[in-house]
Amino acid sequence: MRFMIMVKADKNTEAGVLPDEKLLTDMGKYNEELVKAGVMLAGEGLHPSSKGARVKFSGAKRTVVDGPFTEAKELIAGFWLIQVKSKEEAIEWVKRVPNPTGEESEIEIRQVFEAEDFGPAFTPELKQQEEKIRAQAARNR
Amino acid sequence: MTAPDTHRAIDAVWRIESARLIAGLARMVGDVGVAEDLAQDALVAALERWPETGVPDRPGAWLMATAKHRAIDHFRRTKRVAEKHLELGHELEARQETAVPDLDAAIDDHVGDDLLRLMFTACHPVLSTEARVALTLRLLGGLTTEEIARAFLVPPATVAQRIVRAKRTLAEAKVPFEVPRGAELVDRLSSVLEVLYLVFNEGYSATAGDDWMRPALCEDALRLGRILAGLVPLEPEVHGLVALMEIQASRSKARVGPSGEPILLLDQNRARWDHLLIRRGLEALAKAEALGGGSGPYALQAAIAACHARARTPAETDWGRIAALYEALARIMPSPVVELNRAVAVSMALGPAAGLERVDALTSEPLLKAYHLLPAVRGATEVADSRREASVEVRAAGAGARRGDRRRARATGAGATPPG
Repeated sequence: MRFMIMVKADKNTEAGVLPDEKLLTDMGKYNEELVKAGVMLAGEGLHPSSKGARVKFSGAKRTVVDGPFTEAKELIAGFWLIQVKSKEEAIEWVKRVPNPTGEESEIEIRQVFEAEDFGPAFTPELKQQEEKIRAQAARNR
Repeated sequence: MTAPDTHRAIDAVWRIESARLIAGLARMVGDVGVAEDLAQDALVAALERWPETGVPDRPGAWLMATAKHRAIDHFRRTKRVAEKHLELGHELEARQETAVPDLDAAIDDHVGDDLLRLMFTACHPVLSTEARVALTLRLLGGLTTEEIARAFLVPPATVAQRIVRAKRTLAEAKVPFEVPRGAELVDRLSSVLEVLYLVFNEGYSATAGDDWMRPALCEDALRLGRILAGLVPLEPEVHGLVALMEIQASRSKARVGPSGEPILLLDQNRARWDHLLIRRGLEALAKAEALGGGSGPYALQAAIAACHARARTPAETDWGRIAALYEALARIMPSPVVELNRAVAVSMALGPAAGLERVDALTSEPLLKAYHLLPAVRGATEVADSRREASVEVRAAGAGARRGDRRRARATGAGATPPG
C-alpha cells in the first residue's frame, strides 16, 4: 500500500527560509535510506504558498486567489510517497525522519486510495457491464 | 499503545530491520542459518519486552545488541572456536563504550556489503530455484514462512522444510558469506536477478480471488530489486530488471477485467496505467542504457515494455522498434515465445502477411503447443483479413488463460510480454 507523508509548513518554510546545512545533510541521508530500502516512490519539497495559488469553486464559478495563505499549519511544505506493507511500517519510517524544524513540528501520514478500495462496484468496466445487462433486460421485456 | 498495536509495530520494525540484522549477524558468525536463528531470538525478546517498555527509539540497534548477546551465548553453549567468542566479546565491549550514534555508523559502514552478501548467499547455485526463492523472501524480504506458503499456494510445512534444507545445504557446502568477484560475479548476479523476476512473475500471475499475499509478491520483488540497484548501482542489468518490473507493475490495474478476465495489452485502458511507475521504469531503463547495458536481456525486455508505455494509444506504438528489439533479444535469448512476439511486432509494423508467415512456422513448434496466447497472436495478425475469425481465436485464448497455462507459458521462455 502507498502512503503520502506530508511535512507541514511553518513560519520559516512560508518565509522561504531554506533549511540549514545540517538539516539538508540529515534529510539527504534519510532520503537515501528510503531509496536504499526500496520504499520511496517519490518525494518533493514545495515552495512557500506565496508562489502558489488557490482556485475557489462556487457552482459553475471559479475564482483564483493568489498566495500567500495565512494558516501555515494547514499548509504542506513537502511530501514523500512511499510504498510499504502496513500503516505501522509507514509510521516506523516517519519516526526516523529528522525533525524538520528542530522544534515542535508534525508530519501527517495518509493512505493513498488504491483501485481495490473502491470495491468492484465502482470500476468503470463493471458499471458499463451493468448498464449493458440492464439495456438487454429492457429489450427482452 | 496496546499489546496488539505493539505487535503490529514490531512486525513493521522487523520488516524494516530484519534483513540488515540477519546480514550483519551472518558476517559475524559466518552462517546464515545461525544468523537467522539469532535474529529470531532477538525478535522473540522484543515481543516479550516491548509491549511493556514501548518500542525503543532505535529499534534496529536494540535488536542487534540483543542478538549479539545471544550470539555469545550460542558460542558458549556450542563451545565453538574460542577466538570467535573473544572477537565477538571484544567487538561488543568496544561498541558499548562508544556512543550510540557511532554504533549506528559502524553498522551502516558494513550494512550495504552485508546485505549484498546475503542476497548472493540466498541465491547461491548450490540451492534449488525453489529454495533460493524461499530463502530470499524469508531472509531479505522479511516474510514469514506462513506468508511465503500462502503466496506460493503450498503448505507452510513444505516451505519450512525447504528453508531448513537450504540453510543446511549452505552450511554443508561451506558457502562463504561473500560477494563473488570477477567472472563469477556475472553468473551469480544473474541468479539473483532470476530469483527476483521469478518472484515478481509469481505475483503478476495471481488471479482474482487469490490470497492477497500473491499479488503482494510483485511489491516484494520490486522492493528487493530497488534495494539491489542501490547496492550495485553500476550493474546495468539490475536497472534493466527494475525497469522491466516497474513498467509491468504499472499495468496491474488495467490488465484484469471486472470479472477477473485478463485484458490483453492493446485492449487495456491506458488511463489506468500507473504513470508514476512508468516514469520510474523509464528512468531505470535510461540508467541501464547509460551504463552501456542496453543489450542485456532484462534491459531489452524493459525497452520493449517501454515502447508500449510511451505510446498514449495502441496506434502510436513503435512496432518497428519493438520488432528490432525482439530480434536483438532472440539473438541472446533464443526462444519460440520471443520469436512469436517478434512475428507479432513484424506484422504490426509491416503488415499481416509478413507476420503470418512467421507465426505459421511457429505453430508446429512443440513448446508452443500448450501456449495459450498462440491463437491470440494468430488472431491479432489476421485482423486485417477477417475480423470475425480473429475475435473467435482471441476469445479462445482468453478462455485458456488460466493460471496454470500462464505459468507454463512463462516457463517455456521469458521475454514474452503476454497479456499485459
